[in-house]
Amino acid sequence: MDFYFGLAQIIGVHTLLGLSAYIVLLTGQVSMAQAGFFAVGAYAAGMLTVLAGWAILPALAASSLLGAAVACAVGFPALRVKGLMLVIATLAFGEAVRLFFFNFDYQVARGGVKLGPLGGEGFRQIRYFPENGWTTMQVMLFIWIFVVLVMAILWWLDRSRYGAVLRAVGEDELAAQSVGINLTAVKVSAMTIGGAIAGLGGGIYAHYTTHIEHASFGILLATFALAYPILGGLGSVFGTVVAAIFVQGFLVEGLRFLGDWRNLLFGALIVLAMNLRPKGFLDAPTLRWIRRVFGGKRGAA
Amino acid sequence: MALLELKSVSRHFGGVRAVDGLDLVIEPGQIFGLIGPNGSGKSTTVNLITGLFPLTSGSIVFQNEDLEKLPTHLRLQTGIARTFQNIRLFGQLTAWQNLWVAQNSPADWAKRGFFSRWLGGQSGVREEISQLLEFSGLAHRQDELAANLAFGEQRRLELARALATRPKLILLDEPAAGMNTEEIGQLRERILKIRAQGTTVLLVEHVMELVMGVTDRIAVLNFGQKIAEGTPVEVQADAAVRKAYLGGGE
Repeated sequence: MDFYFGLAQIIGVHTLLGLSAYIVLLTGQVSMAQAGFFAVGAYAAGMLTVLAGWAILPALAASSLLGAAVACAVGFPALRVKGLMLVIATLAFGEAVRLFFFNFDYQVARGGVKLGPLGGEGFRQIRYFPENGWTTMQVMLFIWIFVVLVMAILWWLDRSRYGAVLRAVGEDELAAQSVGINLTAVKVSAMTIGGAIAGLGGGIYAHYTTHIEHASFGILLATFALAYPILGGLGSVFGTVVAAIFVQGFLVEGLRFLGDWRNLLFGALIVLAMNLRPKGFLDAPTLRWIRRVFGGKRGAA
Repeated sequence: MALLELKSVSRHFGGVRAVDGLDLVIEPGQIFGLIGPNGSGKSTTVNLITGLFPLTSGSIVFQNEDLEKLPTHLRLQTGIARTFQNIRLFGQLTAWQNLWVAQNSPADWAKRGFFSRWLGGQSGVREEISQLLEFSGLAHRQDELAANLAFGEQRRLELARALATRPKLILLDEPAAGMNTEEIGQLRERILKIRAQGTTVLLVEHVMELVMGVTDRIAVLNFGQKIAEGTPVEVQADAAVRKAYLGGGE
């Protein structure tokens, strides 16, 4: 059973990562920086619980705030460029963050043992959960409380006027400006919210793996962050969680019995999925069908 | 006192003088026509007034305020709205949502707090949007995605979206393009109603039956320069205008 709880933990954290890219994608911005914010959150939360002795909740709040602050600071210069230029700019930022942690040493002796990030060896012994006797199931539930909470907030934001404004900017920046929408404010705020979610996800990730290193936060993770909302569809936050389950649950874990053939099939199945569902798993007709079946009368969103 | 004043406004793209030393004065309550052959600088003038690109020289004054430093979204908040020659709606939003996101006027700021302005849901703002949809004959289409509307409906929705910003001056960039005679008649009624509600109109148009029938005053552009200005009757009689439109040797 612990295997499935562990899998659910991975899916939960990856869903958070995907949601952080989702809100930025709504404004039409393709950001490869989400893994960078995730890394910042992971190291910050780990250092707070291990070195500063904080409890998990304040540490996660701090990692989330730090993720938001970094994203806001990156957003102002980065969002002046668009399209492929933005992809390159955010990719460069993500790599800069990764290399920063590759070179980052900050070790403190605790009871004869040196703890803290140690460059390329990473940051070991983030043992808040085991030290406090949490079971795998408890950690899994803890993670999913945050996933559900973040999804609920994003779902609500999506239906608010702010959500419509985000989508308006994503559709046509020129028209959005011409009806009085401040593009900078909208894009930077979306980036900031995305950074907060990625920082939170990173903080949780550091604690359930207990060991983080720079190599985990590379281009592959940044690509996964974008793949979830795109595979799942940008019509609703639920697409992202469906895609995270599909990729992590089915493609990564479910196909393990295939051995070395798995990686080949992995790529092929993603290509197949995108061809069969070009607008994502939960595209507009599917969402309408779900609303009809589950009795939502107002189809306004 | 003039509502909008362009003082020797120029905009050059490389060697092309798209707008060249243009002076215009638009009085409050006017329906002002801007006509001219293709490429004469009409749309560029609209883009300069809304701030899509900077002036090469000259200045634009709106309600005694120099617009030069204001970015586009703030110009709208001073009361300038526009429609586009090639329709630019938010296609994946519904007709209703297209109007919802356009409610950015300072009057809307004052009426609602931050919370209901940005984070609020769809209740409580229904009335004004319903009125605008009614005005545009789109009430029955409010939940349709803008991309799925027919061409004429999209034009009407774009006009309604500009009105949702509560403009003092509305810039209509060829609103009759592609419309049939009956639709042009309806558009004309709408333009007159917009003026009756106190909004000044700058109408850029090729369709002469609309321009001549609805405007108080017309300026004619050719190669970025104003070649004539006056009432519709005066402009129609002007020799330079005839030459620009009908051709003829220099």
